[in-house]
Amino acid sequence: MDNIAGTKSSLGWAVNISVVFLVVLWLIPTVGLLVSSFRDRDQITATGWWLSPFAVEQNYQVSIPAEEARNDGEFFVIEGNIFSGGEGEVLRFGGRRAAPTEYAAGETADLRRDRTLTLQANGDFVYRNPEEITRDPNIYYSTATPPSFSLDNYRTILFSNNMDVAFINTFTVTIPATIIPILIAAFAAYALAWMDFRGRGFLIAMVVGLLVVPLQLALVPLLQLHNQVGIGQSFLGIWLAHTGFGLPLAIYLLRNYMVGLPRDIIESAKVDGATDFQVFTKIVLPLSFPALASFAIFQFLWVWNDLLVAKVFLPSTAESWVMTVKIADDLLGSRGGDWGILAGAAFISIAVPLVVFFTMQRYLVRGLLAGSVK
Amino acid sequence: MSPLVQGMLTIVIGVGGCVGYFYLSNLILDKIIFPAKGDNPGININRANLVRPWLFLFPAMAALGLYLVYPVVGSFWRSLYNRSGDDFIGFGNYQTMFADQGFQVALFNNFLWVLIVPAGATFLGLLVAQLTDRLKWGNIAKSLIFMPMAISFVGASLIWKFVYANNSDIGLINALRDFFGASEPLDVLQVQFWNNFFLMIILIWIQTGFAMVILSAALRGIPEETVEAAIIDGANPFQVFFKIKVPQIMGTIVVVWTTITILVLKVFDIVYTMTGGNFGTEILPSYMMSYMFRDDGRATAVAFVIMIIVLPVMIWNIRQARAEMR
Repeated sequence: MDNIAGTKSSLGWAVNISVVFLVVLWLIPTVGLLVSSFRDRDQITATGWWLSPFAVEQNYQVSIPAEEARNDGEFFVIEGNIFSGGEGEVLRFGGRRAAPTEYAAGETADLRRDRTLTLQANGDFVYRNPEEITRDPNIYYSTATPPSFSLDNYRTILFSNNMDVAFINTFTVTIPATIIPILIAAFAAYALAWMDFRGRGFLIAMVVGLLVVPLQLALVPLLQLHNQVGIGQSFLGIWLAHTGFGLPLAIYLLRNYMVGLPRDIIESAKVDGATDFQVFTKIVLPLSFPALASFAIFQFLWVWNDLLVAKVFLPSTAESWVMTVKIADDLLGSRGGDWGILAGAAFISIAVPLVVFFTMQRYLVRGLLAGSVK
Repeated sequence: MSPLVQGMLTIVIGVGGCVGYFYLSNLILDKIIFPAKGDNPGININRANLVRPWLFLFPAMAALGLYLVYPVVGSFWRSLYNRSGDDFIGFGNYQTMFADQGFQVALFNNFLWVLIVPAGATFLGLLVAQLTDRLKWGNIAKSLIFMPMAISFVGASLIWKFVYANNSDIGLINALRDFFGASEPLDVLQVQFWNNFFLMIILIWIQTGFAMVILSAALRGIPEETVEAAIIDGANPFQVFFKIKVPQIMGTIVVVWTTITILVLKVFDIVYTMTGGNFGTEILPSYMMSYMFRDDGRATAVAFVIMIIVLPVMIWNIRQARAEMR
């Protein structure tokens, strides 16, 4: 269609620019999290992540010793260097807590009651007071700290906050809950696609209906059931629950795919004497690999990212928290203001899904299309 | 035994059990119950083929029945009992619930969510799908906008907590406000009523990719002749889009819209992580979770209300599926 006059119109530029704009808009929140997770916790609160490549202006406060004051006749004077021999560069300073960066380095600050303070960029200060100095005066100043990026947040969150346990728990929940429904669903999907029996139409309609049953309905009765049969809140319970909840989509996706397989292959196999079981395992299952992969990715992402089912079907003790529960119920409460830790934790929890997503996007898209486009 | 080992064992038992079940049950059916030899092999084969579909279906149907069909009935039944579950109180839970102001707020907010999130996500998805359609780097752009689909709702909430942070050195929103001269940072999540919309933005951010992928495939499926004819007749790009393309993919738009609507009625994570339902942001799923473990009668009643809201979509879906099979 590119050869039609009018399609490559003046809109080309506008389209490019608007897509760039939208992509940037979509990426900014995630990039912010990623950048923040590598920053020092003091720097996170000092400047926005969008300024992270630049030096951070951080405010400090020092007391200068009153006993070093000497009387030069008119004033009591204290002189010295705030870095006490170390290195540093003062950007701005002030003599009041309310205005810690009132003056630029090198200026002379006029403080209350005729006192003055001069602070040089290299840290040398002169403090003058017409009266005798009884208390240690405070100097407020800001210096430029170079940007610091490190893995400290990740180290803290993984090794002293039990995020590693939560990570393993998430894995433990996800793998069986992804693999088991596939097999069960594949057999059912084959029956619904290629076997003739009464009630097939009804069963397919039922699967379609169950696709949209709100999960919330299942929570109370099933937890009760699990408690009665002795499974209780446990990993076994959550595997069973995820298997049950994932089945409608699995059967639906796989059946839609299997119906589209060429009839000739299956019929000639049957004519040659293959049983349904053989047709299924030797022909249909291998051919359905793309659909199986689609569902596996769906289920993997869904179980990995799930909070609701994990909250209800897993014990609410720290050693069986999965990452979503850990973040939502523990870190947001106990580490609410510790942005670096939160960013690190969030990134640990989304890293695996992102890898799966970008490597297997093809199958994910195919599954989505099979599930919705008619 | 560590859960990880337990998990491996479960995979082996689960997969092995499934394979064993299907293999053995078929074997028993063919060799022992209806063997294809003896007096009347033909009849036996036919009988075996009558039974076999149910062998294939049994595990799936049992799991579906237990984990999805039974709960619909079980939840409704439980919602007729009081908090401890030993007193039948009819529709008492529903009565107290509808009189509860928290429920009314949740219902109203949920109504807003159902109205705005599917509309926003579908509109933006359609926009991106159309814009990237003829772009050289369209696939990269799509893949980046699709990315939030992989992120958990909890992770997405944390990402947006940074954006909304009540501090102009952390939150982008407040940094922008600061840039344009606002003196005090503002906690957007505590601004009554509007905070709902800030939470909705998160779900729209996640779901736009989903809408985009499906609508983009639908746009590709439009017969080129229709577009060509319109262009030759002198239609401008906007007319081509709104009068030629959109009407042809209306069916897909409806599917996307309803799918996202269903999702909106399930997601409690965002509200739970961002505000915990405070500041007037409760929606039905999060309202239900606040009663879970405390008052099962009330929790199931809320769940059943959600079910009733979903019901029309469910019926519509089933009718579509049946129409297609004919």
